[in-house]
Amino acid sequence: MNAQPVELKGVAKRYGAVTALDGVDFAIEPGEFMALAGHNGAGKTTLFKIILGLIRPTSGTVRVFGASPQSSQAVERRRAIGFLPENVTFAGNLTGIEMLRFYARLKGAPLAQCADLLEQVGLSDAVSRRVKTYSKGMRQRLGLAQMLLGEPKLLVLDEPTSGLDPDSRRQFRTLIEERRKAGTTILLSSHAMVDFEETADRITFLREGRIVACGTLDALRKESALPVRIRVKAGPGAQATLAEAVGDLAEVQRINGQSVELICAPDKHVAILRRVGALEAIETVEVRPPHLENIYAYYRDGAHRDGGPAK
Amino acid sequence: MNAVLAIAGREIREGVRNRWVLATTLVLAALALTLAFLGSTPAGTVKASPLAVTVVSLSSLSIFLLPLIALILTFDGIAGEAERGTLLLLLSYPVARWQIVLGKFLGHTAILAFATLVGYGATGLAVGLTQETGAGGWAPYLAMVGSSILLGAAFAAIGTLVSAIARERAVAGGLGIGLWLFFVIVFDMGLLGILAADTNQTIGSATVPWLLMLNPADIYRFFNLASFGDVSTFAGLAGLSESVRIAPPAMLGALVAWIVVPLGLAALAFQRRSV
Repeated sequence: MNAQPVELKGVAKRYGAVTALDGVDFAIEPGEFMALAGHNGAGKTTLFKIILGLIRPTSGTVRVFGASPQSSQAVERRRAIGFLPENVTFAGNLTGIEMLRFYARLKGAPLAQCADLLEQVGLSDAVSRRVKTYSKGMRQRLGLAQMLLGEPKLLVLDEPTSGLDPDSRRQFRTLIEERRKAGTTILLSSHAMVDFEETADRITFLREGRIVACGTLDALRKESALPVRIRVKAGPGAQATLAEAVGDLAEVQRINGQSVELICAPDKHVAILRRVGALEAIETVEVRPPHLENIYAYYRDGAHRDGGPAK
Repeated sequence: MNAVLAIAGREIREGVRNRWVLATTLVLAALALTLAFLGSTPAGTVKASPLAVTVVSLSSLSIFLLPLIALILTFDGIAGEAERGTLLLLLSYPVARWQIVLGKFLGHTAILAFATLVGYGATGLAVGLTQETGAGGWAPYLAMVGSSILLGAAFAAIGTLVSAIARERAVAGGLGIGLWLFFVIVFDMGLLGILAADTNQTIGSATVPWLLMLNPADIYRFFNLASFGDVSTFAGLAGLSESVRIAPPAMLGALVAWIVVPLGLAALAFQRRSV
């Protein structure tokens, strides 16, 4: 099981005339946290289904822990995978603990884990309530608990935080972070990129079934060449001096009487800071690199193909 | 095999929880008791075993009721999970699709078997305790209870097949009702019509029993009404000559085939189903 958790080469999936995925090359290293971003219909769920072996790609090869998820041993290999589907639901009259025990039996995980897991996800008070009475947040928590059954080596999560309140989101992030520290490989898709901006090792952007970018946050920042914004607090008198000092390197935008914003290319901001630092009458300087949200929007809107960074 | 048992166990637990088991058992018991005590009144002082009379009336009603219950119980099995969105998660588990089909079928059949055994068993006991049954009456009655379970299982397999094929619950439900009408009502009328129109007797009388094997409900009827001398007298089938009889074990075999074949097809259809 030391093989590469996920490896896709030239994978395409077509449904009739619709192309859900096209030419996808994608790999996750052991212990890596890969975030997957893309708008609805970009092919994220299709990609997950292919990795889980639920659908067969039209072309290309897929390897999960070194073997095709369609092979005969693949069913057994799923023990090493935990999956949280988008909008996970649990139907029926079973209680939370009964439902989790059912999934534990299917996975061959010790039943003793169930109570612990329910406590970890904060469902201890609802263990004997019927799952159909669960709220959206509680269903998501139960979904998390079932995903963690049997201590999987690979976690696959589809939009895990959509519809959760900020408190649950934070708890959820903590839980995922713990698994990551324990060496679990994680593949996660999310609209709320800010949730994983700091933690994801690499980020893959999917657009219309193609991977348009993949890399660390730093690499993506460089590649997108999105501007860095420097906010400088300076009185009206100092603003003119400032504009003169850095005008050749950055676009100077007056925010109000108290501050200006300098918008510059990412490789220029250190030079600008040196000049700004030399000036007097500057109160504070705040550097704001592009957020993952901005980078996401940049790739999502296809600006990378039109050339030039988005404003 | 653990996965199959886990899925069957969940279906049974669900059936107990949502009162399906209770309701089905009560309906079957009430029906059987009513028929046994009211239906055997006309037997009066005739030398008829009350159990044999009960077999005739009860099996005639089981033909309508058991397939209906079995189809209602099973049509939702896979189509419903797909529609509610729980199927995706289930399929991501280390469980093969045939195991899901088999597990659901076993769970549903266990519910049907329990209801049949308890409902019809209680009736048999009540009749046996209150009336003079005679030693010969028990064999046809027990055969009826056993074949009722097989009949339920056959339609549970058909319902599972419907559920594996249909895209939506509503379609599965419609298909189930349609199949029920076909097997329980239309098939016999159609066969009768064909035989009536067949004035040249190209379909020989020996062929007819084999045509009945094409319908699990008819196999059940034929098995119960024609297999035992005492019963066939009351059922009006005593005139059947030896030549048109099919040995009871062969009929049971045919009934088992009606379980195995639809179940195999269900596994095949589910395997091809996209999620």
